[in-house]
Parts: sequence; C-alpha cells; structure tokens
Amino acid sequence: MYRIDFNKLRFLVCDDNPHMRRILRTLLHSFGAREVNEAEDGATALEMYTHFSPDIVITDWAMPIFDGLELAQMIRQPEAKGNPYAPIIMLTGHSEKRRVTVARDAGVTEFLAKPISAKGLYQRILNVVANPRPFIKTKTYFGPDRRRNTNTAYIGPERRVGGEAEIFQQPSLLDKARSAV
Amino acid sequence: MAKDKAPAIQVKSYASHHVITQPNPLKKVLRRADEKDLDDPIARAEAALAGLSGEFKSWMDTEADRLSKGYANVLRTNFDDDACEEMFRAAHDIKGDAATFGYPAAAEVADSLCRIIEHAPDLDKVPAELFEHHVNAIQAIVHDHTKYHSPTVAAELSRRLRRVADDYLIQVNRNRPEHLEAILAPSLVPSDQP
Repeated sequence: MYRIDFNKLRFLVCDDNPHMRRILRTLLHSFGAREVNEAEDGATALEMYTHFSPDIVITDWAMPIFDGLELAQMIRQPEAKGNPYAPIIMLTGHSEKRRVTVARDAGVTEFLAKPISAKGLYQRILNVVANPRPFIKTKTYFGPDRRRNTNTAYIGPERRVGGEAEIFQQPSLLDKARSAV
Repeated sequence: MAKDKAPAIQVKSYASHHVITQPNPLKKVLRRADEKDLDDPIARAEAALAGLSGEFKSWMDTEADRLSKGYANVLRTNFDDDACEEMFRAAHDIKGDAATFGYPAAAEVADSLCRIIEHAPDLDKVPAELFEHHVNAIQAIVHDHTKYHSPTVAAELSRRLRRVADDYLIQVNRNRPEHLEAILAPSLVPSDQP
C-alpha cells in the first residue's frame, strides 16, 4: 500500500468558480497538501504555472479569457520556458466522449468528471504520481502517451510507425525550467 | 516539492514519433505504508467536505441567481454571444457543482439546459418557454428545497424537462449529424460519486 506525502507537492488549481476552488482547496489541504496556488482563469494560471512550477495542475475546462483546454495546450509546448511534462488533471462538468477525446488530445493526463468526490480526486492524483506515462511527440501531438494499454496490433488512424529506435539522452527540461525561475 | 535535481530524459526516436521517458520526478513523494497504518486521507477529506456543507445552501442560491441574471442578460442583449457564453458557464457550473452541494436534481436540469445552449442551431429561435422552464425549475429546486428535495418530485421534474429538451434538439438537428450523434450519445465518464 502506498501513500502520498502531499506536503511535498505543489498544486496549481484553476477554476473560475470560487465555490469549486474552495472545495478543491479543502480537499487538497485535507489530503495533507500545503502549497495550493489558485487561479480563476487560464491566463492567470499560465502565468502562475511559469512562476511556481507546480508538480500537479488541476484545471476546469469552461473558463473565461482562455479555458482549461487552451491552458493544457499552452503547457504542453515542448519548446516552452516552463516544464511541459507536469501532470494535468482536468476536472470538468463535461462528460461526453468527444470531450474526453479532445482533452486527451490536448495533452491532459487525467480526466475527472464532476461532481467531484474525495475518492475520485485522490485516485487521479495517486495515478499521476505513481504511474506516470511516457510522453509522445509527433508532428501533431505532444503529451502523455494516449495509449492506456500495450496492444501492439492497433491498426486504427494515427498509428505509429515503428522501426529501429535511435536513443539519446538530453538534459532534463524540468531542470532547465526550474533553473530559469 | 522535490527540488532535487531531476534526472535526464531519454528520447527514443522512431520514424513517426518520439517516445520521451524520464525517471518519475514525483517518486519521492510516494512512500510505502504499513498495513496497520490507519490514516485515511479520503475519509479525512470527506469529513472536511461535510464540514463545508453548512455553506452549500448559500452557495447554491448564488449559483441559481447567477443563472437567472445570466438569462435576463441574454434576453436584454438579444442573445449577444458574450451573454450566451456567460449563461452557459452559469448552467455548466450548476451542472458540475449542484450534486456536491446536495441538489442533484438541479444538476440534471442544468445539464439539460447546457445541451440546449450547446446544440441548438440558433439560440434566439429556441422557444422562450424552454429556457424559462429550465431556469425556473432550478430556482424552484434551490429556493424551495424542502418541497423539491423529495427525490420523486425533483427527479420527475428534471426527467420531463430533459425529455422536452431532447425532443426539441433532435428535431432541430435532424440535418446536423454530428450534433445528433452527440445528443443521443450516452455519457462516457462514470461518476466517482459514491
């Protein structure tokens, strides 16, 4: 059985609704988190993201100025100054299949449909902490691996082309991002 | 968190994509707990949420009033895009929050209203009663909570509104297959609500 030391995690919560921010803050603090930064729109969240380098982002979808989807797309810029790899949990009232697919394709790590529950939120956080997925970069996508299973026989659209892998190491972008702050 | 130096990233390059892996930067916040460890963070959080419940009525009043004002503004501005957007956000917030606040029927009605705003081809051609019935139902459920707290009354109200809204949406989207598909599709995401 694993536990998370929440007091070592930095959260960025983005929701335009003050009641939902209060609920999220209450849940995260009850889990043990100390650092919970809050933004009420995507633009402010992006600024705070660069400034605070949170470990985990929890964002609503529907917000003014720019929304949670655009926030995810802005964070998932491989050449961006900030860390493009931070887990993003989208917490939203949207629950339709097409919405989940759009969020996934924007680089969202986990999707949590409202109404929120302590258990649902905890499980998503545990998942991003304990089971991070590799990142995939293609011409049109940069984000966590969208395949949740290891089926190599996938023959649908956008299938990856294999071949021999060329492997190289590079300095951590996370280090680069943090040193820039 | 972990202000420790993050390890190097490994990139495997293939013909069409790169696979980027790095040792888990959050691994250090995970610890193995003893089976006898009685700490239950979920129960703690649920208790804290229950501690907020005394404020839920006033929060729900605020949300319902915001929706009513939003709708009034839509009418006043003759369906201005920004006003419609704000009304959608107000309904969408109720859809997402109301069940947490103890008003699941209000969430259902708000969901139906969101579907109308999302899928009606022309909002100004939606029968005014359809909007009004949704907005008024949410007000009734919230402000007359005792009466509408009866699961049968509130559920029946939301079910009927949803049926009327869906009938309308199916009718006006009969030549818009992508909307029709979305209207008829079931919700994919199961709720985590106990």
